[in-house]
Amino acid sequence: MSLAPDLRAAIEAAKHHHGGPRPAMLEALRMIQQDHGWVSDAHLEEAAALLGVTTAEMEDVATFYSLIFRRPVGEKVILLCDGASCWLNGGDAVRDAVMARLGIGFGETTADGKYTLVNICCVGGCDHAPAAVIGRDRKLVGPLTADDLEGLLGEDAR
Amino acid sequence: MSDAPDAPKPELRTIVIDGQEIEVDPAMTLIQACEQAGIEIPRFCYHERLSIAGNCRMCLVEVVGGPPKPAASCAMQVRDLRGGRNGEPPEVKTNSPMVKKAREGVMEFLLINHPLDCPICDQGGECDLQDQAMAYGVDFSRYREPKRAVEDLDLGPLVETHMTRCISCTRCVRFITEVAGMPELGQTGRGEDAEITSYLGKTLDSNMQGNIIDLCPVGALVSKPYAFTARPWELTKTESIDVMDAMGASIRVDTKGREVMRILPRNHDGVNEEWISDKTRFVWDGLRRQRLDRPYIRENGRLRPASWPEALGAAAQAMQGRRVAGLVGDLANVEAAWSLKSLAEGLGGTAECRLDGAALPAGDRAGYVGTASIDDVSAARRILLIGTDPRAEAPVLNSRIRGAWLAGAEVSLIGRPVDLTYDYEHVGADRAALRRVLDAGGTEAMREEPSVVIVGQGALTGEDGAAVLAAARRIAAQTGSGLMVLHTAAGRVGAMDAGCTSEGGLAGALDGAETVYALGVDEIDIPPGPFVIYQGSHGDRGAHRADVILPGAAWTEEQALFVNTEGRPQLALRAGFPPGEAKENWAILRALSAESGRTLPWDSLAELRRNLVETVPFLAMVDQVPENAPPEDLPEPGSLGEGAFGTAIGDFYLTNPVARASELMAELSALAKARASGAAMAAE
Repeated sequence: MSLAPDLRAAIEAAKHHHGGPRPAMLEALRMIQQDHGWVSDAHLEEAAALLGVTTAEMEDVATFYSLIFRRPVGEKVILLCDGASCWLNGGDAVRDAVMARLGIGFGETTADGKYTLVNICCVGGCDHAPAAVIGRDRKLVGPLTADDLEGLLGEDAR
Repeated sequence: MSDAPDAPKPELRTIVIDGQEIEVDPAMTLIQACEQAGIEIPRFCYHERLSIAGNCRMCLVEVVGGPPKPAASCAMQVRDLRGGRNGEPPEVKTNSPMVKKAREGVMEFLLINHPLDCPICDQGGECDLQDQAMAYGVDFSRYREPKRAVEDLDLGPLVETHMTRCISCTRCVRFITEVAGMPELGQTGRGEDAEITSYLGKTLDSNMQGNIIDLCPVGALVSKPYAFTARPWELTKTESIDVMDAMGASIRVDTKGREVMRILPRNHDGVNEEWISDKTRFVWDGLRRQRLDRPYIRENGRLRPASWPEALGAAAQAMQGRRVAGLVGDLANVEAAWSLKSLAEGLGGTAECRLDGAALPAGDRAGYVGTASIDDVSAARRILLIGTDPRAEAPVLNSRIRGAWLAGAEVSLIGRPVDLTYDYEHVGADRAALRRVLDAGGTEAMREEPSVVIVGQGALTGEDGAAVLAAARRIAAQTGSGLMVLHTAAGRVGAMDAGCTSEGGLAGALDGAETVYALGVDEIDIPPGPFVIYQGSHGDRGAHRADVILPGAAWTEEQALFVNTEGRPQLALRAGFPPGEAKENWAILRALSAESGRTLPWDSLAELRRNLVETVPFLAMVDQVPENAPPEDLPEPGSLGEGAFGTAIGDFYLTNPVARASELMAELSALAKARASGAAMAAE
């Protein structure tokens, strides 16, 4: 499956906006991930060809950043904070509750392909601790409690 | 010759390095300035011929007047330094307590994940990490945690990987991307997870990949064919010249006892910089197979072993009173070519070296060598390639063209479109395209900027070879460009210099010949009829056709002179002895001349060379490029033929008898074919 025409156009535009192919690499990866959730080999190669950089270079950038996903992820990615503030405010209990509810550990995806759980050190939401970030548009939720995950999982919390 | 405008002299800047005041170009990096001051800075990732990465941190120095922390000397320029408040020059310290502590700290970090398996590592004894740990490190580590391990890569049959030893200097990545132009390697991940990988696990297919073995400062990338066969201190190192193509790359031949164990490049700024092709590096197993180690004589249609006196007698008899054609093969050195010419012409015969039929003009050095040096190619802003695939014909030259391209030069090609690892303008594949460029008098840009025209042998071997060469020379003259005739045979220019040419070329020499003396002639079929004396090192095509075989030395087994494609005579030294009863090539011809009653007037190689340079004085200009003045009246470009230009080389890995005897070259050739057919299928 190749990239959609408007995504291709956006990558081309990024090349000019950011001042060249190399500066636009990260933006291209981000946009692909925004549209598709993750960056497949085919998409990475296509974007590299579009920008005129090598696939090896593109791969170097993609793997450098842990939040560019090079493997398929669920529909919604939950970035669950394990930073100091969240931990002091009971983050461990929230983590256990989320894992128990979804039946997965960190780095795993639910069988129905709906959620992927990833731990992250600080999302900059200490005033909402324990906090998490969910979805492609990175919505910050919190404070979470082990008993009430509705803010995070909506209907699936029950 | 290109007249580059004199670059404005940079204003030198005074700096103090370890108390020593020196003046340097402000564009230099600190590591270069230190080198100029004669101070060695340890380094892993920095390499003169690659871009700057600045990631190993081994080259840290203390800068007075700079930031109050150690600075990476490879990544900081002299112009970035600030002087003192009262106008004192900036100061760099390379032996202060801060530098010592910094180096020890970096060494400790680099060794954290290094396996320290030196006893089982092929790099042992020639390892930068080992040497620098001895010189700059400390003898303990505070690290008690488990070391990381990294999975090895499969890069193909040449480069073996032990990635756990990797210190992530990225020299290999930079070489493959910048010099070889085949971006196949990258560094993925970050921090402890950083790894050198090939994208999706592909094997390398550059024909210059062996150089990453030399570049790797540790034992992460080592030579697969050489694995576990020798330690560097057991090897005898001999300086020689490569004969796999006509570049004449400087090489070092490492031997253990009688055997050649490996071949490495030597630095030569004017020729190969410090790279060699994979054929040059890995061909040595071909020196052990298919060797002719005793004379043979054909009796009743079968070759039988013979003694030297018998074989020389049979050869002398076959030459006595008959029309002799002496053919000089692709790998023949100048001394042997000169001996054969002297012998054949003394017997009333002829000598000929243009076996591929290329229309090289005898005696006109500006025509068969050209006027441009390899350095001119690097300095050119416009390069016109005619009927050549430099990536196959001379991979190292191709990387220098690529270097010029990276520096902004524009390349045009008339000939078969091939992947050269850089972008070029494809003017056309056929003679009509050449005619168009000729009629236009070249291009405006070629007239105004330093430019070089490179003509391949594939363009000169057709019926209209002379016309093509004349057209190329005319274009070069019209545009003030240098001309380079790119040869593929290491011995060709030397044999042309020695005057191994006859009226009518190969056909003329063979016409009416009763005896053919084939000196390493393996690339053409000698027609049935004449008696064939074959002198050479391998049982290849030439030996099968022979009536008498005189076993000769291969190029690593004798002292000899070779002249490369830019016309630079270079000396190759003897690294070992020929196998069995095989002898040095000039000595065989000398012995045969005595047997024929026309003794050549020399008893030693020195006397032979004296005789040679009396006739051809510029061959004494070892390692210099003699200027070749084009004649006043260039030959008229006659009528060009029809059709596309061919290229001189069919199979890169199998161009000569040594390569054809090598199992490894056969494997590489098969892999290259499989890749090509795979690519063709994918394209359909």
